[in-house]
Amino acid sequence: MTVDVLVVGAGPAGLSAALELRRLGVGSVVVADREAEAGGIPRHSFHTGYGLRDLHRVMTGPAYARALADAAVAAGAEVRLGTTVTCCGPAASGGFGVTMTSARGIETVGAGVVLLATGCRERPRTARLIPGDRPAGVMTTGELQQRVYLGHERLPGRALVVGAEHVSFSAAVTLAHAGARVVALVTEYERQQSYAAFRAGAALRWRVPVWTSTAVRRVDGRQRLAGVEVADLRTGATRFVPCDTLVFTADWIPDHELARHTGLDLDPGTRGPAVDTLLRTSAAGVFAAGNLVHAAETADIAALSGRHAARQIAAALGDVGPTAASVPVRAEPPLRWISPNAIAWGAGGPAPPPLGRFVLRSHEFRRVARLEVRQDGRLLGRSGPVRLIPGRPVHLGAGWLARVDPAGGPVQVTARA
Amino acid sequence: MTDPRSAVADVVIVGAGVVGTAIARTLARYRLDCVLADAARDVGTGTSKANTAILHTGFDAKPGTLESRLLARGSALLREYAADTGIPVEYTGALLVAWTAEQLGGLPALEENARRNGYLAVRRVGAGELYAREPALGPGALGALEIPDEAIICPWTTPLAFATEAVGAGVRLVLEAGVTGVSSFDGFYELATTRGVLRGRWVVNAAGLGSDVIDRMFGGDGFTIRPRRGELIVFDKLARSLLRSILLPVPTARSKGVLVAPTVYGNVLLGPTAEDVPDRGDTATTAAGLDLLMAAGRRILPGLGEEEVTATYAGLRAATEHADYQIRVDGARRYACVAGIRSTGLSASLGIAEHVVGLLGEAGLALRARSSAVALPRMPYIGEVGRRPYQDAELIAGDGAYGQIVCHCERVSLGEVRDALASPVPPADLGGLRRRTRAMNGRCQGFFCAATVSRLFDSRPRSGLVPVAEAAAEVRRP
Repeated sequence: MTVDVLVVGAGPAGLSAALELRRLGVGSVVVADREAEAGGIPRHSFHTGYGLRDLHRVMTGPAYARALADAAVAAGAEVRLGTTVTCCGPAASGGFGVTMTSARGIETVGAGVVLLATGCRERPRTARLIPGDRPAGVMTTGELQQRVYLGHERLPGRALVVGAEHVSFSAAVTLAHAGARVVALVTEYERQQSYAAFRAGAALRWRVPVWTSTAVRRVDGRQRLAGVEVADLRTGATRFVPCDTLVFTADWIPDHELARHTGLDLDPGTRGPAVDTLLRTSAAGVFAAGNLVHAAETADIAALSGRHAARQIAAALGDVGPTAASVPVRAEPPLRWISPNAIAWGAGGPAPPPLGRFVLRSHEFRRVARLEVRQDGRLLGRSGPVRLIPGRPVHLGAGWLARVDPAGGPVQVTARA
Repeated sequence: MTDPRSAVADVVIVGAGVVGTAIARTLARYRLDCVLADAARDVGTGTSKANTAILHTGFDAKPGTLESRLLARGSALLREYAADTGIPVEYTGALLVAWTAEQLGGLPALEENARRNGYLAVRRVGAGELYAREPALGPGALGALEIPDEAIICPWTTPLAFATEAVGAGVRLVLEAGVTGVSSFDGFYELATTRGVLRGRWVVNAAGLGSDVIDRMFGGDGFTIRPRRGELIVFDKLARSLLRSILLPVPTARSKGVLVAPTVYGNVLLGPTAEDVPDRGDTATTAAGLDLLMAAGRRILPGLGEEEVTATYAGLRAATEHADYQIRVDGARRYACVAGIRSTGLSASLGIAEHVVGLLGEAGLALRARSSAVALPRMPYIGEVGRRPYQDAELIAGDGAYGQIVCHCERVSLGEVRDALASPVPPADLGGLRRRTRAMNGRCQGFFCAATVSRLFDSRPRSGLVPVAEAAAEVRRP
């Protein structure tokens, strides 16, 4: 079997890309996803707020997941579920050979273009190197949501949430729904990182305190979780907090296994495949979109990233002109990363990024900062005042793109007071 | 009431770790009624499950010791057994890397030690060849000793294969039966356990970390277990391309050093630390231990610092105050003690079992071979060098469940989970399912799959534990 475009991952980015590719007249589009249901993470996020910027209405995660999947299928995309892509490499006949395993067997599909939209996951306790015992009751938000909303599990007792970003408050809501008493959200930062409205809602309704400048130092309990030792980073004092459930939230990392096995260059900041503003990776014919290239943005942003990739792919399928060059874009500390990671340069000049803006993350809090864009020391542009909050997106408009010298060095983005 | 004598097994083996299960499957070749008992809910849950998973040659053992002899013999037997039963083994070889002049100066003595152990394939490797073979090695290595036959093995499948073979041959596996006391009767022992009474004419003590406690119940006082904790870090599969061989440290007077090794699951293992701990259940990792390992790992293989950590764990080696194994068989008392196996039990297990069963025969246990050979089990393959079910088109064509992946990071299919739950020695908890299938052992640590795998586990067919009294009543005579 041969298709025009093979999309790996049926989350918001992959499904939106498939829909857009069909809308733009691309003949055959197959989306492969390893889960039994399409939709990605929204499948098990029961809170509302999905669809705002892409579908212009607000719905719950599962409803949003269904809406995207239905629209992609209605537009003529084939969505293959329970299908794991195990290998992707150049085919002798041109294009790519994509090998996939499912209950139907093992099949290699030929594809002219591959779009990777494999999303991201939260760093689990082990990867955070938190020592102690290995009891049951320690999980990530992804596991928590699936246990509670898809498995209808009850989690009675005391719960502690590690992290104080949006997803952390969402985990607290899920825990409360499952019958747990959320003792606190703990963060090593000096303040929490969620929006005031979201925080107030969760805090007022469930009275969840946020312990700032606090680190989980040890996990205790041989079979079941007994509790954790937390340290106050200001005083160094430690204390034991009994709890039955411990949820590690946020600290997103892209699920980049397939990208790496395909031999794509990674961006050292995002840890996803490096992409330019056309969402092209380092391998011709392989594109990447969604939270694989910016872990993690909200689902609607991932969806719009998928749509952006689809437009570039549709154009590239009909394009016989020379391949566009690109100029790298780098974020300097305290900025952690910037996405996309390069500016594509075609005959028509620089190509704008998805939504006409770059997205960045910061390591540190800054009440007021201005983002400065420079190339070879030359100032290309400066943003208005922005607030830097770890884990929260910062946006940089692309009005300076026209001033970039395509033959010049990398573009550097810094945060100035 | 049944006469207790009618419920007396020929041999009760206490401890279903890699050594106890190896003894059980070896005894099962004879016309004997055997019981294999363990305090835990599963086989291989102590030292056997948390170690460096290396199939040693024994090149570095102390020449002339029982350990040296049984390690060489056991290692050879296990290589053959693994090939026959499907225990994952990968023949990577090892490089013992010298980083200082002192370590480099120590290589000839290690080479000579290997020869005295009868292992002749060791070879000196210069820095140039070393870096050509291991280009990701950190700077500063001066040379190495190559031990081409060191290998990596699946530490979970090994005791499970032994137990599966033993149970298939009629050995009764009694779990959650921690021995609390011993009474001696005329011609048999009565072991009080946390699940009732077990009776046996002979008792084999293979209780690992608890072996000194059992030994004292039989009047022994020759050794004390001094648990030595080893912490380990497992790196993401994406780190696997950083090395080809096991990278061993040169032991010095000050430190034993840490090793970096591939695992049969395609990961990279870093460790162990070595710390004497008072508590025989203390398998917690520590901040100091993990820091020490990460620092060592970055020196040995700097690329590790760029990769994600998949798991951290700690195991306890059953060390004693003695340097050698503590193996004794007392014919008059019909008691065998198999203890102090330290950190070489996995590699030596079949050698130890052969040795112990030989001693039992000499001491008076009637070893009459069964009329028909015991069939070797074929274990589900959970390694990376061979073909896994998700890669097997024919298998999937026959049963689509092998193409339905439930644990994505480790690519474990629904069919494999189903098979493990229905296996002769089924898992008693999610940890047991992990050790049988690798489900939930991957980089996401359950973010994607734990809820699904837990549901599959909870819906398993429950055979239930056979009550001890009932089990003991049905004595099988060949």
